Amino acid sequence: MATYSTNEFKAGLKIMLDGEPYAIVENEFVKPGKGQAFNRVKVRNLKTGRVIDRTFKSGDTVEAADVVEVEMQYLYNDGSQWYFMDPNTYEQIGADRTAMEEALPWIKEQDMCTVVLYNGQPLSVTPPNFVNLRIVETDPGVRGDTSSGGTKPAKLETGAVVRVPLFVPEGEVIRVDTRTGEYVSRVKE
Amino acid sequence: MTQLWRPAASLENLRRRAEILASVRRFFAERGVLEVETPVLIGSAAADPNLASFSVPYSGPGAPASGRLWLQTSPEFAMKRLLAAGSGCIYQICRVFRPDERGRRHNPEFTMLEWYRLGYDHHRLMAEVTELVSVILGPRPVEVLSYREAFRRFAAIDPFQCATAELKARAAAQSIPLPALADDDRDGWLDLLFSELVSPRLGQGTFSYVCDFPASQAALARLRMDGEVEVAERFELFIDGMEIANGYHELTDPAEQRRRFERERARRQAAGQPESGVDERLLAALAAGLPACAGVALGLDRLVMVAVGASHIDEVMAFPIERC
Repeated sequence: MATYSTNEFKAGLKIMLDGEPYAIVENEFVKPGKGQAFNRVKVRNLKTGRVIDRTFKSGDTVEAADVVEVEMQYLYNDGSQWYFMDPNTYEQIGADRTAMEEALPWIKEQDMCTVVLYNGQPLSVTPPNFVNLRIVETDPGVRGDTSSGGTKPAKLETGAVVRVPLFVPEGEVIRVDTRTGEYVSRVKE
Repeated sequence: MTQLWRPAASLENLRRRAEILASVRRFFAERGVLEVETPVLIGSAAADPNLASFSVPYSGPGAPASGRLWLQTSPEFAMKRLLAAGSGCIYQICRVFRPDERGRRHNPEFTMLEWYRLGYDHHRLMAEVTELVSVILGPRPVEVLSYREAFRRFAAIDPFQCATAELKARAAAQSIPLPALADDDRDGWLDLLFSELVSPRLGQGTFSYVCDFPASQAALARLRMDGEVEVAERFELFIDGMEIANGYHELTDPAEQRRRFERERARRQAAGQPESGVDERLLAALAAGLPACAGVALGLDRLVMVAVGASHIDEVMAFPIERC
C-alpha cells in the first residue's frame, strides 16, 4: 500500500483519512524551534467537497488514495448513468448523478472531460473550462445595443441558464466559462 | 517553472538583507565581540530528537573511520569549544542545515546568527538581543513572560501543574485538530498548544520574550528551582507571532551535559531515529572549563522577513531549496 510522509505533503496530493479520499488544499509546516514539528493541513473530501482541518505530527505517514485523473470523452446517457470512454484504451465507464453534478449543466456528447477515478470508479467529472453551447431560449435581442452593459437570461441546449448581453439572439452559439458559469463571447459558426 | 533560474527574493529585499548583515557586524564590532567561523561539516549529528541532520559521505584525507560527516544544525558545540579555549565573547553568522523543515518560515538551509556573552545570564542577554533587533527594526515595547504566564494568559492552563490529559482536552476544547501524539507525550501536547494558542499572539507590536521553560525542554540551558517547580533558564524571542531567537543561560557542567546526551540518545532510540553519537570534544571542552555565559541563536532570514514585511521566507532568500 502506497503511503506518503508529511514531508511529501503539498496542495493536490490525494490521501486517505478515516476511510475517505481527500485532496490536500493547503499544507503549513509549524515547528517550535526546539520542539515537536507539525503539519497543519486543510483537506477536501473528494466525495462531499467538504473542507476540514487536520494536524499531523511531522514525519507521520498517511495512506495514499487510489485516485487518478483521466481525460475521457462523454458518449451518452441512458437515463441513470453517463458513459465516458478513454480515447487511448477505448474502455468505457459509467458515472452516476452524484459524480456528474458539476459537469451536467455544461457537457454535450463527445466533449472531453476530466474524470476523477477512485478505486477505478468515477468520483467526479470536471467539464472543459470553456464550452460552446447554443441558446435555445431567450428574449429577443436588442439589435445594435453592444454598449449598454445590460444582460438577460438565456437557456442553453444543455438546460443551463446563463446571463448574456442584450444583443445576443436566440439560436446563437456562445462560449461559456464553466468554472464561473459566465458568458465569454459569441462563437462564429 | 521555466523561471526557476531567477532569485525568489526581489533584488530590493536582497539589498536590505545585505544592509542588515552589515548592521549586525557593526553592532558586534562596536561591542568588541569577536567574529569567528567554525566548520559547517561536523563529526557527529545533532543529538536533539527533534532535529534531523544531513549526512555527507566522506572518505578523503582526514576522513573519520565512519566515512561520514554531517552538516551542522547549529554552530553551538564548536563555539563552546572556542569559549572553553579562552576566546572571550564571540559571534558567528553561518549556514545551518535542517532536513525536513520547509514552509512559510522554514528552508532546509538557512542563516543563523549566534553569539555568546561571558558572565551574562539569560536576562542580560535578552536585553542585548533587544538592542540588536531595535537597531534593525526600530524600537518596540518589550514584554517578558515566563512560559507559565504565557500559557495562563493565552491557553488558560498551568503548564507545570496540569495533568497531561488536560493539555489534550484543552486542545480539543479550542477546536484544534488533534495530531496522533501519544497521550503521555507531555512536551508534544505543550508544543501543540504553544504553536496554536500562544506563539501566534506574541510580539504583536512588541518584542516578546518567553523564558523559564519546563525542565523537560531545557535543551542546553541551566536549571533552577522556581518555587516548587524546576525551570530551564532558556528564552525565546517572538516578533509578529514568529519565533526569532532562542537563548540559554548556558549549561557548563560536563556530567549534566553527558546525562542530557544520554537521555536524548534514549529518546532517539525509542523513536526509531538514527543514532547521533556523542560529541566527546564538546564534553572534553566542558571538562576543561566553559566559562559562565549566556548564548543565543537568531534566525537572520526571519529577522529580514520582519524588516521587509515578508510573509514567506522565500521573499528574503535568493535561492530557496526548490531553486538551489
